[in-house]
Amino acid sequence: MTEIKLTPAETLSKEPKKWIASIFVALIALFLMLWSGSALESNSTGGSGLSVAKGIVLGILHPTTDILFTIQSNGVPYLLLETMCIAFLGTLVGAVISIPLAFLGAGNIVPKPVAVLFRVVVMAIRTIPSFVYGLMFIMVTGPGAFAGLLTMSVCSIGMLSKMFIETIEDLDKGILESLSAAGCNTFDKIRYGIIPQLMPSFASTLIYRFDMNLRDATVLGIVGAGGIGAPLIFAMNSYRWNDVGAILLGLVVLVLIVEWFSSRLRTLLMRG
Amino acid sequence: MKRSELGIYDRIFKPYSYTLPNGKKVDEKRSRLPMVLLILLLATIVSGEVTGFRISTLVRRINYFFVMLFDMFPPDWSYMAQVWTPLWDTIKMSLLGSAIGAVLCVPFAVLSSSNLVKQKAVTAFFKFFFSVVRTLPTLVVALIATYVFGLGTLAGTVAIAVFTFAYCGKILYEQIETVDMGSHEALEALGMGRLSAIRYSVWPQVLPSFLSTVLFCFEGNVRYASILGYVGAGGLGLILNEKIGWREYSRVGMILIALFVAVVVIETLSSWLRSKLT
Repeated sequence: MTEIKLTPAETLSKEPKKWIASIFVALIALFLMLWSGSALESNSTGGSGLSVAKGIVLGILHPTTDILFTIQSNGVPYLLLETMCIAFLGTLVGAVISIPLAFLGAGNIVPKPVAVLFRVVVMAIRTIPSFVYGLMFIMVTGPGAFAGLLTMSVCSIGMLSKMFIETIEDLDKGILESLSAAGCNTFDKIRYGIIPQLMPSFASTLIYRFDMNLRDATVLGIVGAGGIGAPLIFAMNSYRWNDVGAILLGLVVLVLIVEWFSSRLRTLLMRG
Repeated sequence: MKRSELGIYDRIFKPYSYTLPNGKKVDEKRSRLPMVLLILLLATIVSGEVTGFRISTLVRRINYFFVMLFDMFPPDWSYMAQVWTPLWDTIKMSLLGSAIGAVLCVPFAVLSSSNLVKQKAVTAFFKFFFSVVRTLPTLVVALIATYVFGLGTLAGTVAIAVFTFAYCGKILYEQIETVDMGSHEALEALGMGRLSAIRYSVWPQVLPSFLSTVLFCFEGNVRYASILGYVGAGGLGLILNEKIGWREYSRVGMILIALFVAVVVIETLSSWLRSKLT
């Protein structure tokens, strides 16, 4: 029997030789990067980029304190409250729309072709960018928070139904069979067999989506659909970087707090 | 059950008591559901007031939503010739942005994993840094990037890179923290340096799931990149915004169909790649 040497260098030299595959993958990656680099173009601002960046950073680091602490309707606290309300109701309305869509898209509830059809519908809903929805809903409700809410809800449908479908397809049907064996009717089966299985996961998805909606709420502002986005974009377009700093500070702090709460709630839900 | 085990909620609403056939007493805590429902109801009412939610307006005017949607059909197929360039721009922007962000986040993710870096302060600082970057709205980053780098796809690429950096970085350090450290310790015991020990023990463990995260992020970025044009950061959003402004909805429909097909193709490709990875 040959002696086994255990110095790292010798052990490593016995590593399988995969260099051809590695070079191949690296070449593909390099090619893709070069190819996508060809699209890079910018109408240069004449080399003043660095000074602009410096001005922006300095402005953001010195936020205006008087809009940060007023409770008027143009102050940061009220705008944050409005944004939270939009995100909350948006998530709720989105859930109301996506639950039926999810049941219709789950392969174990409806026949396969129907499920595929509804998944394509959900995908199509998800593809339209949020500001297009924003503009459509402004025609329904006029500019303001209501339009923002409806936009949020439609934008939530994509992810919510996708996650809901996964949960529904993981349903344990054995429980339902044992319930019918014990003599339960359909209503009892839904109450004691289906809802307890779906609830924790659904709630966790909803909390996560609320978190995301809060973060995405700035997109709505650009089309005038309420929330903190519009003042933020206005401030940026008129180079009021101190106000931008104040609004961003408020938003970042709020999102961090909500994220902390939501991750705690979700771990609680997962542990049952 | 001891008194101290009961939270404030259980002290207000006393638990049910059952007496079992063998004479033992058990308590069942009251369900939290009514409290949760009450909070949700209150939040709904408050949000309804603040946002001016009116179901009557919605029912009466919902048809206006479909006006624009129906105007998009039939789409203007001849316009497709001019959609190709921005569409490829969008895809290239998200590809390059995702790649840059993914490469940049690796050192930062290593610095924020508590099992590789023993100093608590360092990991806490980098974790906080990731959270703050993640809260910055992508659109704001894109807008700032257009001021710094000028209008065009470069600004969009930077915005996507920043978003990918924060998203993939967070997932990567969470994965690094859950790897099996046994092989790392074994390699260090053999006399390997820290970096090469990480290279040969931690890196192979996280690489497949990291690549799959990056691919997933790339999928999302293609969809997101179409918004960035709205602030002048290049790609499909630019012409989308323009055509909506001019009310040429049949062309808007064409752009959206092109985007839909591109997203479906990319998602299929990437989910196939991801199924190979894991």
